[in-house]
Amino acid sequence: MGLLLAFIARLVTGAQGHWQGCPPKAEQRIYFANHQSHLDWVLIWAALPGDLRAGTRPIAARDYWTAGRFKHWITREVFNAVYVTRQRTDDEDPLDPLAEALANGDSLVIFPEGTRSSKGEPQPFKSGLYHLAERFPGVQLIPAWIDNVQRVMPKGEVVPVPILCTVTFGPPMTLTPGEEKRAFLERARAAVIAQRPRSA
Amino acid sequence: MRSLRELSVDQQVALLFLILGGALVLLTSAAVVMALRGASSPERALHHDHFRRELSALWVGASVFWLAWVSGPLGATLLFGVVSFLALREFITLMHTRRSDHRSLLLAFFAVLPLQYAIVGGRWFDLFTVFIPVYVFLALPMASALAGDPERFLERNAKIQWGIMVCVYGLSHAPALLLLEFPRYEGRGAFLLFFLVVVASSAQIVQQAAGRRLRRRPVARQISRDFSLRSWFLGAFTAAWIGAALYWITPFKAGQALAIGFIAAGAGTLGELVMKALKRDAGVLYWGNRSSVTGAVGLLDRVAPLCFAAPVFFHSVRWYFRV
Repeated sequence: MGLLLAFIARLVTGAQGHWQGCPPKAEQRIYFANHQSHLDWVLIWAALPGDLRAGTRPIAARDYWTAGRFKHWITREVFNAVYVTRQRTDDEDPLDPLAEALANGDSLVIFPEGTRSSKGEPQPFKSGLYHLAERFPGVQLIPAWIDNVQRVMPKGEVVPVPILCTVTFGPPMTLTPGEEKRAFLERARAAVIAQRPRSA
Repeated sequence: MRSLRELSVDQQVALLFLILGGALVLLTSAAVVMALRGASSPERALHHDHFRRELSALWVGASVFWLAWVSGPLGATLLFGVVSFLALREFITLMHTRRSDHRSLLLAFFAVLPLQYAIVGGRWFDLFTVFIPVYVFLALPMASALAGDPERFLERNAKIQWGIMVCVYGLSHAPALLLLEFPRYEGRGAFLLFFLVVVASSAQIVQQAAGRRLRRRPVARQISRDFSLRSWFLGAFTAAWIGAALYWITPFKAGQALAIGFIAAGAGTLGELVMKALKRDAGVLYWGNRSSVTGAVGLLDRVAPLCFAAPVFFHSVRWYFRV
């Protein structure tokens, strides 16, 4: 099922991975990217080499992605997603499931904007990335830019149009000691934007 | 040559592949020798690199073609359908489409393209020649108008129409050749396609080489520095003679093969110039430019001459021989 899906994604979008700043290696990583469409995760996933796919997990909002049987099945069985609760409650930290996955040695893909944006520039990043970087200094942080995907499936459409997309992976970045949260998030956002290809 | 014509289909096929495979092996060994000797200057190295890329594309093309051949008419139709899909995908990627084009694009990819190839497979040649130029031409702007976005309406529609016309309509004539039935020439459509591909690609190669060597005044400097009238003529002329030398696999007489080869080759190289102009307009040098947004494989570059040569070839053959 996973292979079939990756094949379809490649057929429709090409899903080319451009490893500009780092090679595709089986190290523990957090990929963070701009978020424009539901397909973003599938694209990153299909752009990864086959043997890295199993150990790389997406984050899914629990309320949305467990609502229907199909949504639940595809996130649980095919993508092995980490579910997070969007509503903050007092007794649990929403980052706990992510921390648990990282402690298990899995890689994660996160979209720090928190929601899909359809304007060219990504919105300001949420602080989750900072907290994860603080707690897991050994995990590489890889910025990635996903290009063209908003043309494949604009918000509100269900059938994707075949248009070539690329995912550009940049050089790993780290949290410098004593760096402030706001500054780090701004730097991370700039790192994602820096991977945007010079468009023609 | 006449004795070649008397051979059975299987013998002819074997002979052709011996010639084609032999030429490719020769070229490849030349490339290996060149690589072993090393390049004398960076410019030469670039030249060698370019040559190697072209050669590998040639190998891929020959293998795909061989696959089309052994899989018979149905397989070939499917294969060209997939190539068409990939080419259209590349084309649309470089055009600036808007969100409201989504439905028209879906129509183009998932309705027009499969239908056109289904029509080819079913040998409904009358419908095949009018389906896209007439029905799709009218239906697409309707779908687009229903989407309700008037901005750059004509421009957007024209781009999609053009892409379909070249990548789907043009290319679908290649498998149609396989299915065209000449009297006393049954089951040999693949030879016609082979003839077309050989003629079109040799014209392209000769024209490029001549353009680089001759240093004539380019006709359209802004579009291509290699393209002069003389290089175009040389390409088409050489290809026509190659076509004439292959006349024994076709239903034509030698003179007819020469003329038809010239027409197809000339159309193919001119079509390539058109595609170059289009690329300049989109701001890229190759469709598969490595630094561009798309990361496309440059398939459109390879099939462009075929897209233009195939319809011209198909219709001149069909009218002239009244099949």
